[in-house]
Amino acid sequence: MALTIASREVDGVVILDLSGRITLGEGSVQLREAIRGLIGKGEKKILLNMGNVDYIDSSGLGELVSAFTSAKNQQAEVKLLKLTRKVHDLLQLTKLYTVFDIKDDEAAAIASF
Amino acid sequence: MKRRGQYSSSSRRERQVRDQVSGAKAGRLNLTLKSTMESVAEVEAAAEKLAAEAGLNEDERFHLSMAAREAAVNAVLHGNEYDPAKQVLASFENTGAALVIRVADQGKGFDPASLPDPLAAENLLRGSGRGIFLIRSFVDELYIRQLHPGTELTLIKHLAPESISTPGTAALL
Repeated sequence: MALTIASREVDGVVILDLSGRITLGEGSVQLREAIRGLIGKGEKKILLNMGNVDYIDSSGLGELVSAFTSAKNQQAEVKLLKLTRKVHDLLQLTKLYTVFDIKDDEAAAIASF
Repeated sequence: MKRRGQYSSSSRRERQVRDQVSGAKAGRLNLTLKSTMESVAEVEAAAEKLAAEAGLNEDERFHLSMAAREAAVNAVLHGNEYDPAKQVLASFENTGAALVIRVADQGKGFDPASLPDPLAAENLLRGSGRGIFLIRSFVDELYIRQLHPGTELTLIKHLAPESISTPGTAALL
């Protein structure tokens, strides 16, 4: 399943509800454009809801890292919410778990910005 | 009336001839693919099917199909660089003791020793360079062979004794 992205805003935090796969050719470009668009508009608090992302490949992992660094360069912040077990395991395996601020609870995630 | 023994003998001979013609061993699926993302999906699906038919559990199926996907991405993107004149050759085989997946490209090749360690602190924020690492993590053995030109990756997943099943051509083709 390709990636779908829905955007909403809660207390000044833009939440992107992601659903599907983040892979080369299927979702990584969409995610990149969505993040770039938000940063370009001056958004500083971005939360990626990964609760329905059931698959991510090395390209998708790279895209998450790029989103993190692009945001940081613009004094913005990207955090991750609700990782599925497969994505969680991949982030641990690649040590990216140490890079991202990852939350399980949406309210706590919003309050953490 | 055709006797059973005659039928079996004929069938076996037909298979031998067919295998000689195709160069394929029984139970092995060979694919010749274009350098496109559709081919990546095809390799991933074939690996998933191979793993499912061997009775691997969900996590093992995910790991093997992802490793195969990463190998195919390497071949299409880094090896053949989407060149329509170049092909990706992939094979999928249940030997009875292991699942063996080979993915070869026709690109300029690479030196695996030159790949940066994606877990090193200075590389953690790199946007790429995790593909081979993920493959190594998800299979029991990985062999990288330079073909001059091209690179062949051989991924091997050992089968636990309880999940070993008889390889069959019909199940794979």
